[in-house]
Amino acid sequence: MAEATTAADTAAGEAARRRELIEAAAGAVVAHADELTRLDQAIGDGDHGANMKRGAAAVIADVAAIAGKPWDEALKQVGMTLVMKVGGASGPLYGTLFLELGKAFATLPPGTAPDRAALAAGLERAIAAVKARGKSETGQKTMLDVLAPVAAALAAGEPAAAIAAVAADAAAATVPMRAIRGRASFLGDRSIGHMDPGARSSHIIVAALAERFAAPDGATQ
Amino acid sequence: MTEKATAKAASKADGAGKVGIVIVSHSPDVARGAADMVRQMVGDAVPLAFTGGNPDGGLGTSVGDILAAIDRAWSDKGVAILVDLGGAETNSEMAIELLPDGRRDRVVVCNAPIVEGAVMAATEAWGGASLDEVRRTAEELSPA
Repeated sequence: MAEATTAADTAAGEAARRRELIEAAAGAVVAHADELTRLDQAIGDGDHGANMKRGAAAVIADVAAIAGKPWDEALKQVGMTLVMKVGGASGPLYGTLFLELGKAFATLPPGTAPDRAALAAGLERAIAAVKARGKSETGQKTMLDVLAPVAAALAAGEPAAAIAAVAADAAAATVPMRAIRGRASFLGDRSIGHMDPGARSSHIIVAALAERFAAPDGATQ
Repeated sequence: MTEKATAKAASKADGAGKVGIVIVSHSPDVARGAADMVRQMVGDAVPLAFTGGNPDGGLGTSVGDILAAIDRAWSDKGVAILVDLGGAETNSEMAIELLPDGRRDRVVVCNAPIVEGAVMAATEAWGGASLDEVRRTAEELSPA
């Protein structure tokens, strides 16, 4: 009986944790939508902010149902919501990222909260899938230029604040890059001098999550 | 009935044997316009569907709408998708991945200009060509 109560408490705690992380990440995207739009107007078609906001708002609208599922299923649902709602290339790209992360967590023993090693391994797998989906590699002025160094910092055991700093530096490092993939590649050399909107949105999501992991109650390390 | 119309009517009878064509543009107007041009060439003899616009109806594409379009244009011989810019391609590839087993490997995205590619692909499909042949014909329009 006592054990059952403990398990129920743990499950409720995990659900609350998922809700907190989802709301932090999706909320940050919504809050920065105008900035993402401005970045995308400079070198793209100007829809990244509105598209990401639509996807993030759809995730928030469904957060209770999503957070109530185990980690793997919750992440898959986040991914599928982004795939169906975003409406630009960022939908399948971010959707694939979270879908694959969910698939990676599905290989953990049932009821296990992913630890740092699982997250690092899952992110590695998810990044490989995003590369395939976008037919892209790092160094081409995309979200991958933020996600890859973040995954490396995570695997290296860096604390959350340091990982957020890595993401910020990585997004800034896309400014002098020349776009090879995506709409910005049409601009060629004129894409140089602007931060990549996808790199910035990845930084926003990583920073929001890192802040929650750095919080005193952030035990999901 | 003109000779051409008769031919179309005749081929309509075995329309199920033609590769289907799906047109995916960021713009609903472009998608509809390209589909009109396809219809002018092949009438109703080839399964054809088009979609454009994001889930809010603005410029963009929607994976759900692409899946529905693939369903409308479904043929057991397969479906060739013609797209415009990057997001249409990425969302179409995502939609293909979400198709059930048995359908997933019978849908391709053609690397071709959307209007010319759709017309060429549909014309080839009308002649009863395989999915591979339809795709190759559309892609002849693209620089290697």
